[in-house]
Amino acid sequence: MDIIFDEAQPIYTQIMHGVLWDIATGALLPGDKLLSVRDFAKQARTNPNTVQRAYTELERIGVVETQRGQGTFVSDNPDIAREVRSEMTSSTVQSFVEEMRRLRYSDSDILALVSQQLTANNAMNSNGANEEDLRAPDEDNDGGVH
Amino acid sequence: MPAIQLTGIHKRYFRSHALRGIDVSIDKGKIVGLLGPNGAGKSTLLKICAGLVSPTSGKAQVLGQDISTATKGMTAYIPDIDTFYSWMTVRQAIAFENSMFEDLVLTDAMDLVRELRLDPDNKISSLSRGQRGRLKLVLAMSRHAELVLMDEPLSGIDPPSRTAILETIADRYRAGEQTIIISTHEVLESEKLFEDVIFLSEGRTVLSGEADRLRAERGKSLNEIFREVC
Repeated sequence: MDIIFDEAQPIYTQIMHGVLWDIATGALLPGDKLLSVRDFAKQARTNPNTVQRAYTELERIGVVETQRGQGTFVSDNPDIAREVRSEMTSSTVQSFVEEMRRLRYSDSDILALVSQQLTANNAMNSNGANEEDLRAPDEDNDGGVH
Repeated sequence: MPAIQLTGIHKRYFRSHALRGIDVSIDKGKIVGLLGPNGAGKSTLLKICAGLVSPTSGKAQVLGQDISTATKGMTAYIPDIDTFYSWMTVRQAIAFENSMFEDLVLTDAMDLVRELRLDPDNKISSLSRGQRGRLKLVLAMSRHAELVLMDEPLSGIDPPSRTAILETIADRYRAGEQTIIISTHEVLESEKLFEDVIFLSEGRTVLSGEADRLRAERGKSLNEIFREVC
């Protein structure tokens, strides 16, 4: 896993976020082994205690399991990726909406700006880009905007 | 029991004050950054902990004891200057250190020499600054010392050697058991290594605490905080 750290934010939350991101995108699958604390610390040149803290916190929220003497593994729960992904999605969308409202945009402005941005991104990625990444995750969501 | 407990430490060299009342408690089992500009008193503070300098006043305890030959035996101190004999080879320098400290593990030392790409048969006099810095680290991390004190281990060293040094500390640090104090004014590269930090300026502690908590509270990196408070 390659994390580019922002040193102005707590390091352990960024490590947690990196692992969650890998689970949400399927880079880490249920049952997969995480890097050992020591290897992670060495690669990222960070403190092993900080990595341990992140792993402990991930274990507390039920995303990983530590097996004594064997290492830390992604929870063997087939729904884990979906759960982590939906949790990350709702918090991303929620903070986006809050920020836009703080900038005093109306709901219709927000929707228009998002749609504008999507069009711009699609145009930019049109050669060779994979459209699936841009499609809304819940096609059957009847409240959705199309 | 804290690894280091300093109470009201003052140090005067003739008429100049190096330390003006330091009260610090450092937890066992952590990597702690001692951060401050040149002349802040970092070296003096480490030398007091290493038992090389006695404070003018105040009380210093290391590993629960007053500083003595016994605490010195449990402490690996890496000075910022070179103390090697230049006529020795890398191998001889390690053997020499091994003869002085019972806790040095020779196989660890030779592993580290290989990892840090040093040639055991090279003469100290032929080593670059970066190579000498790496050799100092070999000597520090191959001792299974409870307390490791490193004075400016990155200063004046080429970038690849700095990376190698930071990687080796993260890798070899015996988490939970060993306490490592690293003094530096180069916070940018080293800050992710520190669990706790102490900022020193003009002989006083101006700020201390858990690194991630300071980041969260201030929304700033340690490097930015350093420039503010020091």
